[in-house]
Amino acid sequence: MMLEARNLSVRFGGLAAVDDVSLAVPRGKIVALIGPNGAGKTTVFNLVSGFIRPDHGRVELEGRDITRISPHEACRLGMARTFQIVQPFGAQTVRENIAVGAHLHHGSRADALRAAEAVGERVGLAAHLDKLAANLTIAGRKRLELARALATQPKILLLDEVLAGLNPREIDEVLPVVRGIRDGGITVLMVEHVLRAVMNLSDEAWVLSNGRLIAHGTPREVTADPAVIEAYLGHGTAARMKAAYA
Amino acid sequence: MRQLAAIAVFAVAAAVLPLFITSGVVLNTAIMILYTALLGLAWNILAGFGGQFSFGHAVFFGTGAYAAAVLQAKLGWNAWATLPAALLLGAAVGAFIGALSFRYGLRGSYFALVTLAFAEVFRILANNVTFTGAGVGIMVKLKSGAENFQFATKTGYLYVILVFVVAGLVLCWWLKNSRYGAWLQAVRDNEESAAALGVNVFRVKLGAIALSGALMAAGGVFYAQYFQYIDPGLAYGPGVSIEALLGPIVGGLGTLWGPVLGAVLLQLLGEGTRGLFANAPGVSLMLYGALLVLMVTFMPSGVLGVLRRRA
Repeated sequence: MMLEARNLSVRFGGLAAVDDVSLAVPRGKIVALIGPNGAGKTTVFNLVSGFIRPDHGRVELEGRDITRISPHEACRLGMARTFQIVQPFGAQTVRENIAVGAHLHHGSRADALRAAEAVGERVGLAAHLDKLAANLTIAGRKRLELARALATQPKILLLDEVLAGLNPREIDEVLPVVRGIRDGGITVLMVEHVLRAVMNLSDEAWVLSNGRLIAHGTPREVTADPAVIEAYLGHGTAARMKAAYA
Repeated sequence: MRQLAAIAVFAVAAAVLPLFITSGVVLNTAIMILYTALLGLAWNILAGFGGQFSFGHAVFFGTGAYAAAVLQAKLGWNAWATLPAALLLGAAVGAFIGALSFRYGLRGSYFALVTLAFAEVFRILANNVTFTGAGVGIMVKLKSGAENFQFATKTGYLYVILVFVVAGLVLCWWLKNSRYGAWLQAVRDNEESAAALGVNVFRVKLGAIALSGALMAAGGVFYAQYFQYIDPGLAYGPGVSIEALLGPIVGGLGTLWGPVLGAVLLQLLGEGTRGLFANAPGVSLMLYGALLVLMVTFMPSGVLGVLRRRA
């Protein structure tokens, strides 16, 4: 396994934000983590990538315990992440932004800038390399998040809603980029709201609701699961849908 | 590379100045411009490149100044030998304050207040312990000769402060063109993103405050040698902290030349107002204050920032 979480739990005050979640991400796959709003998907990301410490449970990267390491150490071990709310270094150009990631493995400025250019081209930012990051459109910033994380040369990439806020055409442009990342040998774990993208891209999906895992399988399996339908659409919906379409 | 060439041109231009100008007043102005530029360069490392705004850079300045004065007066050190000691002490005080405040995630105005408090604590300490000369202050003994960091003419001091400023400029050039500098500016723009990209945010900030403290301490050493007298108010007073931050804010935060440009503008403004309001001391300080408010309101990116946008 590339990444494994075992019995992860964290409480915020009285709220069990993530409750006994165990999931596994096999090497070389695109795995989706889906669920309704407030299900705890981003919290799982924060737990796994070291931004929040869990109350219970364990995280393993390639069998190595990384439960209590800090975010920069997680990145150095080969786990990169993007943020749902994009956080560019606004005062710097796109190239400089990506170079920050590239510097993880490139000591020299020239090497990092060269690597940044290559990564920028890979995610379709070639025309914007010299723009200030603050001047990019939302779609551009999402690509920049992706590029910066890629530039750290990760083994596994955690994508937090890279498609949210994009229009259908922009989504169609990003899908092959994500697939290309996997085909380049990088494991992908993605939190996603755009179900069409999940169906289209992912090899496996885990479904989270109210902090607990409720389903796991291929995208087709989980979207047909009555528990999943009810989590998204409310109690009793699965039965009503079945009756309506019968 | 172009920037390094610009630094070289600047150095040569300032170095040949004494060949054409013998007026002590003009040379003194040039020295004060370079001295203000040095303080600005030091402050700009932490605030302009690192995004950590300090209101108490006097704490590093005073530490450097007292290191130079005390080591000479009480322990009989050679003045030049006090310089590396002062740099180290400045860096150490920086690392200490940084370790305390960055460990607990102090940012923005909270960090600014903590630095201000540290400067005041050091001022009060210097006022009350005997080996700093307490409130009376401390004199640097007159020992003429370049080997004692004391010069018969202004020219010698001009060259020393020029070397300090050029060293500061090269350091800032390096920040603009190195991995560490890229990490520091990433931390300034967004700590979370930087951490997610493998940047050890705490260590990067700690390095910045230590570098900034060391360079500021060099300013303190120069002050002690040039004026040959310091007291707690001169060394650790808020005036120095404000002098350090005004130049970069006026010139352009986080830029290479902003602190130098700011120093030129402020010194010329200072000279002008001192001449205009010769019998109303303090007016120049009020003007400084008004200028700071105007700059922050209307030109937050400084003169260089505005010029760059026009270009």
